[in-house]
Amino acid sequence: MDLLTVSNGLLYTAFIIYLIAVVLFAATIKDKQEEKKFTLLNKVAISVTILGFIAQAGYFITRWLVSGHAPVSNMFEFVTFFGMMLVLAFIILYFMYRIELLGLFALPIALLVIGYASMFPTELSPLVPSLKSHWLYIHVTTVALGEAILAVSFVAGIIYLIHQIDQKTSSAKTMWLELVMYSVFATIGFVLVTSVFSVLDYHASFSYEVNGEEAILDYHLPPLFGPADGELLTEDSMDAVMVTPGWMHGAEAPRKLNTLVWSLAVGFVLYQLTRLALRKRVAAAIQPLLKKANPELLDEVCYRAVAIGFPVFSLGGLIFAAIWAQEAWDRYWGWDPKEVWALITFFFYAIFLHLRLSRGWHGERSAWLAVVGFAIIMFNLIVVNLVLAGLHSYA
Amino acid sequence: MNTIKCTTCGHENEKGTTICKKCGKPLDNDKQGTLLNMRYDGSAIRSKTRNRSIVDKIWRFFSSVKVGVILIAIALVASAIGTIYPQEMYIPSNVDPADHYREQYGITGQIYYQLGFHNLYSSWWYMILIALIGISIFIVSIDRGVPLYRALKNQPIKRHSNFLKRQKLYNEYKAYSEDDKVRLLDNLKKRRYKLTEKDGHILAEKGRFSRWGPYVNHLGLIIFLVGTLLRFIPLMYVDDFVWVREGETTVIPSTNQQFYIKNEEFILDIYGDEEEDEIFVDALQNTEAPVPKHFETRAIIYEDVSKDVIGAEPELKEVQRGEIIVNAPVEINGLSLYQNSYQLNEFQTMSFTLRDIEDDDTDIVEFTVDLTEPESDYRFDNGFHIELHRYYPEYELVDGEPTSISNYPRNPGFVFFVTPPESEESEASFLAIGQNIPSGDNQYKLHLADFTVRDVSGLKIRKDLTLPVIGLGAFIFMIGVIQGMYWQHRRIWIHPNEQSLLIAGHTNKNWYGMTKEFEKAIDGTQFTILQDQEQKKDE
Ligand code: HEM
Repeated sequence: MDLLTVSNGLLYTAFIIYLIAVVLFAATIKDKQEEKKFTLLNKVAISVTILGFIAQAGYFITRWLVSGHAPVSNMFEFVTFFGMMLVLAFIILYFMYRIELLGLFALPIALLVIGYASMFPTELSPLVPSLKSHWLYIHVTTVALGEAILAVSFVAGIIYLIHQIDQKTSSAKTMWLELVMYSVFATIGFVLVTSVFSVLDYHASFSYEVNGEEAILDYHLPPLFGPADGELLTEDSMDAVMVTPGWMHGAEAPRKLNTLVWSLAVGFVLYQLTRLALRKRVAAAIQPLLKKANPELLDEVCYRAVAIGFPVFSLGGLIFAAIWAQEAWDRYWGWDPKEVWALITFFFYAIFLHLRLSRGWHGERSAWLAVVGFAIIMFNLIVVNLVLAGLHSYA
Repeated sequence: MNTIKCTTCGHENEKGTTICKKCGKPLDNDKQGTLLNMRYDGSAIRSKTRNRSIVDKIWRFFSSVKVGVILIAIALVASAIGTIYPQEMYIPSNVDPADHYREQYGITGQIYYQLGFHNLYSSWWYMILIALIGISIFIVSIDRGVPLYRALKNQPIKRHSNFLKRQKLYNEYKAYSEDDKVRLLDNLKKRRYKLTEKDGHILAEKGRFSRWGPYVNHLGLIIFLVGTLLRFIPLMYVDDFVWVREGETTVIPSTNQQFYIKNEEFILDIYGDEEEDEIFVDALQNTEAPVPKHFETRAIIYEDVSKDVIGAEPELKEVQRGEIIVNAPVEINGLSLYQNSYQLNEFQTMSFTLRDIEDDDTDIVEFTVDLTEPESDYRFDNGFHIELHRYYPEYELVDGEPTSISNYPRNPGFVFFVTPPESEESEASFLAIGQNIPSGDNQYKLHLADFTVRDVSGLKIRKDLTLPVIGLGAFIFMIGVIQGMYWQHRRIWIHPNEQSLLIAGHTNKNWYGMTKEFEKAIDGTQFTILQDQEQKKDE
């Protein structure tokens, strides 16, 4: 067995272990014991989480050994690493605050993140010269850790909101909360359709024109949206149902739109089915499970995670990034979309801190801000990488 | 100046003070029962108390956190707009931006261009926005920092009992022994609290320095912003570029003709050539172009040591020799030379032969054209004369007209005039790669016989004296955020009353940690935990 197989196996193992940890954390909800007490079940749950983290760290190290560079150089590797940092950030905050509910929410998110990552090509990729710098690894790993700690603030915020928001009547707040719930389903939808059609080995190719030149576009999902003036090359495959609107430019825009629509649609179906089964809003169904939650403490964690994550993010996402850019492109800042979105994230959390410190935005407001902050981080990770491609583009 | 007199101790406090500077009594009597606002320890803040002159108004505007947050929010939205379409520096350089944005992105692209969003980050309004944020940071820091510093430096140890009662963490203890108290103080000392005492009143304090965190990080930001402005001062910043062909020596731009560089050899490795690259085989199959693995220029750098005579031939003395590699620039005289780009297989020379069209086997003459500095006349012993009439280094047909789109011999095209011996008439012919067009019924035909190529290395010449300032700003910023975020300023006041002991606690953040710490400090005593009065009220 070669090392790469071992490495992939370790990632797989970590995934399973995290799943088990989720189940264990779910079991702690029923714990009748006082909140402050550290029950055996708690100890088992966190130990299993740490075990999963060690397995994933094993994946990381072995993959590094095989490829000769830190495995943070393509979408699969970076997003997987972000998932791992999310688990680490959770472990750190767990030991500071001992809130099991954090695990019940943070670990499923980490699982989703890793699941999402593995939908991208997982092969080892070679590094072009400008990426061969220790500063790159330092930069990327610090950013991932910073963003992961900031994501824990989102986790605390979302628990807070589900716990606090009145679900008796439908309101703008419940609607926004459902939108957050739906985005989880849409991510599951993405993972689901991608895996199903990948198992079915689905293929459809179109020839179309980009900037006056003939090009081939490969679909791995049935084409709901095809390229404008595209010609289907694959036999016995369905032709595109609709044509991608003309204003969507960029490399492979039709396929990206197609994937997006598939994910949103499948996510929507899943979401509606869930609501039918629950007969109430998803957040309303979760709310009674959170009886043990202590809103003041969650609010504190929401802030504390930003307080801890903000310096890490600034260091990794702006300062180390600048040092690396200075080395690789001899300019510390280039207004590349990825850089700009790191700056936006920085601005946003600066706003979060100032509103909280000087204008008393605590509790619910602060929790909503944490949700928006996480949305910005995800935007930077997904949309900027895949759509607003720049120098950092992985796709 | 207006003052407020404390009703308990009679101290004259500056107007706007909410907690008496001397005895610590809350001065807002109307708000009994609510928690005390501990921001800036109840000091008077200039922006909150003066609003008469225009200076006051400007000061007040910039030191408002609301204004600051709005400014940052505008900068955030503006920055995001700048990423909707690529900025001008990221579009191809040989196209007209006006056309490019319209053609690529339609009507929205055109509007984007017309609004100037294609150069958003260097627009005057974006820079003004950042400057306003800078000014705001500067003013707010003085506005709040100075009073906060004074308040904490001169804080009274003995505080009015109302001060304690209106803290978030508070308790009154009746049952405790003197031993308990000693033990508590001991525990606090062990936890690195600094204890000061006055008339039996005790203040335990730690982590005060973390209160300066925001001011330190704001200072860092200001230094950083000033650093970015320095770029506009001449000589602080150089950004130049040079192509150096293999074997060629050229002057390094921005050195006043003082330094020269010779490209000994350009080396490019691509992935897939070596056994160790086998692991990437899957990924490499998915890319069309070869993926570069490493590239470098073997260079020699010379200094011109000839005396300052205008027009004198340069006299080159080698000063440095080495490789210029991506991520590892070479330094010369304060400038950095970066490996930036390359051009493989640029034509260096082309050789031609001339033949009679009736006798296609015999070369009448043979000559070589140097494509970087071509000669225009070629005369031969047998009387033939060939003139290079037109030369297009990078030939392209634009609207039916032959043109050269650059000065680099990437796709050379030639118009030759061939004059046979003792003739006045010359024949013209056009040659380019894959083309050989006579002007009419030519008797002679030119053939491309041979060519040589070489690589060209693109080097960036950089100097940025603003870097130390910017780096210093960033460093101070980091110190500031870490100092302010990873430490907290915690205080515990112990106030003996006739029959009881009042204890109150305050921290600027992380109340959970403070509560926990106090819990540990009362270990082994009869004291109970401090009550969270905010939480109690909610219930
Ligand atoms: C992007 C620019 C800025 C950054 C990165 C920044 C950063 C920070 C940070 C990290 C803190 C500490 C927050 C905490 O401890 O929770 C802080 C505090 C503060 N900032 Fe800023 N700041 C910025 C701009 C501004 C502006 C424009 C203003 C004002 C109008 C301002 C006013 C303040 C004030 C009043 C405090 C509280 C100081 C104290 O508690 O003593 N900041 N800033």
